[in-house]
Amino acid sequence: MDVLYFAWVRERIGLPKESVTTDAETVAELVTELRAREDRYDLAFSDLNALRVAVDQELTDFDASIKGAREVAFFPPMTGG
Amino acid sequence: MRIVVQEQPFDFGAEADAFADGRHDMGAIVTFTGVVRDFGGGGLDAMEIEHYPGMTQKALEKIASEAVDRWSLGDALVIHRYGRMEPGEKIMMVATAAPHRKDAFEAADYLMDYLKSRAPFWKKEHAVSGETGWVAAKDEDEDALTRW
Repeated sequence: MDVLYFAWVRERIGLPKESVTTDAETVAELVTELRAREDRYDLAFSDLNALRVAVDQELTDFDASIKGAREVAFFPPMTGG
Repeated sequence: MRIVVQEQPFDFGAEADAFADGRHDMGAIVTFTGVVRDFGGGGLDAMEIEHYPGMTQKALEKIASEAVDRWSLGDALVIHRYGRMEPGEKIMMVATAAPHRKDAFEAADYLMDYLKSRAPFWKKEHAVSGETGWVAAKDEDEDALTRW
């Protein structure tokens, strides 16, 4: 699946998008896998309260299933308007 | 209903005029436009807005559809820009058309509350000094959703 990062999450991890192969079944499990990779991931995901997640372009929460998902995106709370 | 996500500036007057034009059953048109605001003393060089292409259009359509259904609007318009903007530039606008003004005002207010916290846009300020910083979401913006 594609994993996307926006705003300061993108800056901390250092890339906007990457392809990830995972057996994770939920967003939270995917986050655990990503955090174990490198310090920059660990740092970006250190406070989940400061993050929001979308699965296949729909806002959801960290308990959500990612089985069969094509796209998971992580970003800070939105500041539109 | 029309939803536009674009980088280039929009003509607020022309958009408002076109939106209001030719409606015989709508007694109230409300428009709101958001403008890049300098945080004082000319310290802001530019505002940069990032968004999530693909999700943005869908999220805005969902928010606008909910407003149209809830207030029985005749029509709704949302235009939101992304990219780099200088102080004084218009970032976005919403317009609502309803038979009566209360519904048009409330629906526009609802649109703005949801646009702020549920549409995938992120603002980054570039100061004249060269410093940059992501604009933090405010608790009061999240709290504002509970009144709907």
